Amino acid sequence: MVKLPIYMDYHATTPLDPRVLELMLPYLREDFGNAASRNHVFGWKAEAAVKKARQQVAELIGASEQEIVFTSGATESDNLAIKGVIEFYKSKGDHIITLKTEHKAILDTCKRLERVRQERLDELKALRLGELSGQDVTEDNLAELAAKYDVENDAVYLKWAERPTGGARVTYLDVEPDGRVSMEKLAAAMTPKTVLVSIMFANNEIGTVQPIAEIGALCRAKGVLFHCDAVQGIGKVPFDVEAMKVDLASITAHKMYGPKGVGALYVRRKPRVRIAPIIDGGGHERGMRSGTLNVAAIVGFGAAAEFARKELPDEAARILRLREKLRKGLTDALDMTIINGSMEHRLPGNLNISFAHAEGESLMMGIKDVAVSSGSACTSASLEPSYVLRALGVDEELAHSSIRFGLGRFTTDEEVDYVVKLVVDKVRKLREMSPLYEMAKEGIDLKSIEWTAH
Amino acid sequence: MAYSDKVIDHYENPRNVGTMDKEDPNVGTGLVGAPACGDVMRLQLKITDDGRIEDARFKTFGCGSAIASSSLVTEWVKGKTVDEAMTISNKDVARELSLPPVKIHCSVLAEDAIKAAIEDFKKKRAARQAKAS
Repeated sequence: MVKLPIYMDYHATTPLDPRVLELMLPYLREDFGNAASRNHVFGWKAEAAVKKARQQVAELIGASEQEIVFTSGATESDNLAIKGVIEFYKSKGDHIITLKTEHKAILDTCKRLERVRQERLDELKALRLGELSGQDVTEDNLAELAAKYDVENDAVYLKWAERPTGGARVTYLDVEPDGRVSMEKLAAAMTPKTVLVSIMFANNEIGTVQPIAEIGALCRAKGVLFHCDAVQGIGKVPFDVEAMKVDLASITAHKMYGPKGVGALYVRRKPRVRIAPIIDGGGHERGMRSGTLNVAAIVGFGAAAEFARKELPDEAARILRLREKLRKGLTDALDMTIINGSMEHRLPGNLNISFAHAEGESLMMGIKDVAVSSGSACTSASLEPSYVLRALGVDEELAHSSIRFGLGRFTTDEEVDYVVKLVVDKVRKLREMSPLYEMAKEGIDLKSIEWTAH
Repeated sequence: MAYSDKVIDHYENPRNVGTMDKEDPNVGTGLVGAPACGDVMRLQLKITDDGRIEDARFKTFGCGSAIASSSLVTEWVKGKTVDEAMTISNKDVARELSLPPVKIHCSVLAEDAIKAAIEDFKKKRAARQAKAS
């Protein structure tokens, strides 16, 4: 009998590998030293452990240990990469290109930089209008003066606006229907002001793997830095910063069977990439990220990286086989299913599938002993379904009907068999009570109906 | 998010799931919500000529709370007169099922479904009477 509950949400997080935990424990007990303590054995031990972990993480991605900056996780790494590059290279340019399907840690960081720029431009506008009109510029007369003096086309203002603002302008590229970036669109979006391209390795919802090597080659040729949020793909699909010409890469431990709360930013040394820190302090991590190192977690991160590197080929093959078993089991038994995202360029452990006319959240309720995710955001205040699926052009109803299965290291054949049977059963049950399924079966075009949006 | 026991009960044992003949002059059909919003409810009421609800059936595409809300109102409207059924409010549904704030729209949809079904019945009846006279 299969053990419940079953975990199939490996994109959200992965369990800590018991081997990793064992290696971490001494650093939570007797070897508690501060890796920055240079004058005693406690510090030396911690420093040596961190050095080893740094090598292990570097080796997983084809980097050298001096290129690894430990952080609290991928969100911090993403923030550090983007804000750090924009700050450091502000005299060179301020344009970022990213994708609409990126993680919120990228998108919201970019949005903040856009706001910073806009606020600065607003200040400059007010300053210039003060000069032109000889009046105090307030919220009340701003619009009137702006129109009167046509400040948007004022030569002096335009010159000021070309100076670094501390923020950025951002292009959010659409993706193709399979979730991948178009290289033509990416090349076309580049301007002389472009300093950074930030494109993820693999998507957290649909598992789509981007053409990283092609993007890296294009960016290198254009003299633009390339940051890759590599969280979801690392340890699952081969990733090599040299072969792929990646300049900065965000990694986190808890997506590869390490502990939560630790991650890294890879920062290229040759040709050298510079970033301004976003956390100031004791100058740890070569000044790029101050703060006492979380030694036990870093040890776990290193160990997890080494297991991932050594076991990747076998593990990827095994997980792919299970994923295909799941996919075939579901799609053979059920009609009107749609796979979201590319099947060809996809993480082995990802299956994102829409069961038309069966709503995702109620399906999750029906399979409550199986942990999965849904693109239906019925639980959130917005009621908007997944922005990733919408960016692919997935119909909203199908986005509401989508389920993300994430398989991983500890997924078994028995679990897949159980999940197939359970999901097929529940989808059928929900469709029996779905007016949409009944109408679709009768041949009614659901698009032809005037729905009352609420 | 945790569901209340009543929502779980209606979700696992939905009452009165089914389809009535929408051409039947005594059947009123209400179809509310939108697939794009993730909720569609269809409520059908069989209403006697003197305005009493004899039977009710529903089908719902939506979350557990939406299914429970529609299942619940099929129980509530049975045996009621049309006028009595019109007084059922979304607040009654939300309270009975202990719906959290983000799920209030499910109960609103259930109330709308009752009103839409009754309106459909009244329209049919008016059309019939107009034909007869």
